[in-house]
Amino acid sequence: MEIADIVFWPVAMDIKYKEVENMLDGYIDVCFFNGAIRNSEQEYLAKLLRRKSKILIAFGACAQLGGIPGLANIFSAEEIFETIYHSTPSTNNTLKIEPNESTKIVEGILELPTFYDEVKPLDKIVQVDYYIPGCPPPPKLIIQAVEAIRSNKLPPKGSILAPEIAVCDECPRKKEDKKISEIKRVLDFVPDSEKCLLEQGIICMGPATRGGCDAKCIQANMPCTGCGGPCPNIEEQGAAMISALSTVLGIGEEKDENYSVNNLISQLKDPLGTFYKYTLPSSIIKKRYKK
Amino acid sequence: MTDFEPKIIGFLCNWCSYAGADLAGVSRFQYPPNMRQIRVMCSGRIHPSFILQAFKEGADGVLVAGCHTPNDCHYISGNFKTERRVAILKKLLEQLGLEPERLRLEWISASEGEKFSKTVLEMTNELRKLGPSPIKEE
Ligand code: FES
Repeated sequence: MEIADIVFWPVAMDIKYKEVENMLDGYIDVCFFNGAIRNSEQEYLAKLLRRKSKILIAFGACAQLGGIPGLANIFSAEEIFETIYHSTPSTNNTLKIEPNESTKIVEGILELPTFYDEVKPLDKIVQVDYYIPGCPPPPKLIIQAVEAIRSNKLPPKGSILAPEIAVCDECPRKKEDKKISEIKRVLDFVPDSEKCLLEQGIICMGPATRGGCDAKCIQANMPCTGCGGPCPNIEEQGAAMISALSTVLGIGEEKDENYSVNNLISQLKDPLGTFYKYTLPSSIIKKRYKK
Repeated sequence: MTDFEPKIIGFLCNWCSYAGADLAGVSRFQYPPNMRQIRVMCSGRIHPSFILQAFKEGADGVLVAGCHTPNDCHYISGNFKTERRVAILKKLLEQLGLEPERLRLEWISASEGEKFSKTVLEMTNELRKLGPSPIKEE
């Protein structure tokens, strides 16, 4: 069944931005926009496609929340360039060459987009009508979204096109006693495939993450890392998971002689990368601050 | 920055630390006026996002105060949960470029008015030395 013409799809079609510029405003019915905004080209495209589209959907964790690239918000553009072009052990850049925004060559001037200091989710740049979460978005959610568009049954604007449940609600594992004594990583052991991963000491973001993915990672014996973004009705996924983990970690052991908060928490090597893997640019504190 | 006066948000549990603050007042203990107190039923009620929000909105420091461990929390283990949250948050704040000393946890009982006033004084002095929060600067 044919329900739409694809008018712009850079990875699959040969099409130039110019052709989009030439479209009438509102010419595109629906635009699925993936990727966060980190440079001037992406910002330009976000604004252009917003103008040309009746409905703009932030598609995937990067567009919705900033995504994994958003973790780079703890570094400035300058620091990132320093690492990439100079200081990594495999880099040999004796001439200290860095990409310039404009470079004069014989044939004329070459231009590159401006690389921003900060990654931002799409809705910080333009107004977004809907969100489809996930990294990548589960096919089921995409099909449901397309079906809702086709049958004109979209929910109110601003909605996230995914069920109002947590990953834990979809997880088939047995959950018994939420109480853990130590934090383990999947590389330390092979977890029991029937028991809740969190109860086995693995940090699984399921309790703080929106479902709709059928807990696919968990079914493959890997913990949820939180790509679905915050659970319905919670503001910040990372803070919610910090709270949840603090509730179950070491609970009931506090009066033991060798209980020590510091020992317990020192097992947590990278709170930011663990709890804010996909959401730093859309969290309360969105980047690293410098004195 | 000689005339910098830090702004501190204090989350105090109703049963111990808020009563401790009250006692400090009744007993006329002197302490600097830099802290804005927020009363919560238990230190365990303080969600990590409250603390992050306080910093986001320009607090130079945040004090979390509750009943003494191990046995004083009126909800049995709220203070232990808070202790773990604060420990994780301190690490997180460091990754976000804030000095972990800006967040402080203290157990202050209803009879420790003096400890309350001393805590506020110490914290204010430390923050005066640390200077304004980098978040506020921007
Ligand atoms: S009641 Fe005071 S810390 Fe729980």
